[in-house]
Amino acid sequence: MNTKISITKLKKSFGKLDVLKGINLDLSVGSIHALLGPNGSGKSTLIKCLLGMVIPESGEILIDGKKVNGSWEYRKSIGYMPQIAHFPENMRIRELISMIKNIRNQPSLEEKFIRLLRLEDALNKALKTLSGGTRQKVNALLALMFDSPILIFDEATVGLDPVTRLHFKQHLLKEKEAGKTIILVSHFINEVEELADEIVFILEGRIFFQGSLFELKSQTKEENLEKVIAEILEKNGQEKLEYV
Amino acid sequence: MFKIFKYSLLDLLRSRWLIFYFLFFLTSSFLLFYFSSNAAKALVSLLHVEVAIVPLVSIIFGVMYYYNSREFIELLLAQPLKRDTIFLGLYLSLSSSLAFCFVLGTGIPFIYFNTGFSDIGSFGYYLLTGVMLTYIFTAFAFLISLLNENRIKGFGLSILVWLYMVVVADGIFLLLLMYFQDYPLEKLTLALTILNPVDLSRVLVLLNLEISALMGYSGAVFNSFFGSIPGIITAFLSLLMWILLPLFVFLKIASRKNF
Repeated sequence: MNTKISITKLKKSFGKLDVLKGINLDLSVGSIHALLGPNGSGKSTLIKCLLGMVIPESGEILIDGKKVNGSWEYRKSIGYMPQIAHFPENMRIRELISMIKNIRNQPSLEEKFIRLLRLEDALNKALKTLSGGTRQKVNALLALMFDSPILIFDEATVGLDPVTRLHFKQHLLKEKEAGKTIILVSHFINEVEELADEIVFILEGRIFFQGSLFELKSQTKEENLEKVIAEILEKNGQEKLEYV
Repeated sequence: MFKIFKYSLLDLLRSRWLIFYFLFFLTSSFLLFYFSSNAAKALVSLLHVEVAIVPLVSIIFGVMYYYNSREFIELLLAQPLKRDTIFLGLYLSLSSSLAFCFVLGTGIPFIYFNTGFSDIGSFGYYLLTGVMLTYIFTAFAFLISLLNENRIKGFGLSILVWLYMVVVADGIFLLLLMYFQDYPLEKLTLALTILNPVDLSRVLVLLNLEISALMGYSGAVFNSFFGSIPGIITAFLSLLMWILLPLFVFLKIASRKNF
């Protein structure tokens, strides 16, 4: 297994609340890793630590074998799509694209993704006039257009129309084939079943399970992933409704 | 940093609030210059507007802008950029565009009505202190909103800071002068003035209008200090410190903050 991201003993707490309690995680090249876990389990904090937006108390994050905590250059190799994104409201989409291009100063493939996400007609619209779905498309465009070797999607497909969602998912598989490391946070179980090569299940700030879908299912007697997760959560005293 | 500055500035210059701010200074300066017999008189009236409105708008608009930019900041934080670059860029773009509106809003009527450019020196002081007050109170605004996730608290605190600097500090100052009137107070008066950027700006402009003769003994003391080169340098260094101190603390805290 060719490791792209390696996280060791990562700890983070907010006040008295321990959110990450020593995460050890290796993520490989050329696969889609689905990050699962109930609300408040630490998924977003983990991703934000990876991006340097949250500063961990201890632990190490290595990308391609290099320690990245505290530096910023490594973010050139990450495309990140947050759950909700708001942009400078008075800007037009075209201007936002050129701004991010200008900031990153990297070759970009925006034309390709503008077509894929069907954003051609909206390019000259001010961001404040956009619908939630179109904003989400812009968000996806910004994450994808730099052909980054690491792609992180936090609830990426929420709000996307069915056609765009289909294109998006097909594209993710292509990106995987191209050797990208993809992290997918999703609450859509069928999406996870469809796309993920590996499931990373976080529970109360620890990695509860890491392995293939098949391995996860074999831990319980259930066949359906949704039921598997519900059973795990119930066993651990978690509220199953949070996940369904 | 220049890139963040440029794009944020372009975004800000389209903001309706900034246009209102510009129009406010344009109309109030226009009216005051129009109705005053000379530029010096208009400047005294404008000064009252400046020392109250510039800090108020800078701090309120600053807090509003920071809270509205939170998500944009998160977008930028995920890009290959240093934190200092992002925050300094945002700060400079907001404070510079506010300062730009202020300078243009009062500068245009001044040039229009004052073709002989009399009192240009005093007007220069007026502009410079206005610009510095803008940078000071925007820095406070950013610091306050960074420390308070809760918007209501942030706005409340910023109004308190404004109220303190513009109104309460003067009250305390006067009380001190009353209470200790039997003692020599020149040095204390000078020190307290230097410690309040709003008072300092007011005094700097007034003294340049050469009406300090009307201010009695303390006016003479002020004039002898602020009229001298070391005095002017001290005054501007103090204003500069009022910009750098909150800005430095803001950047320091921002570099360690979790978003």
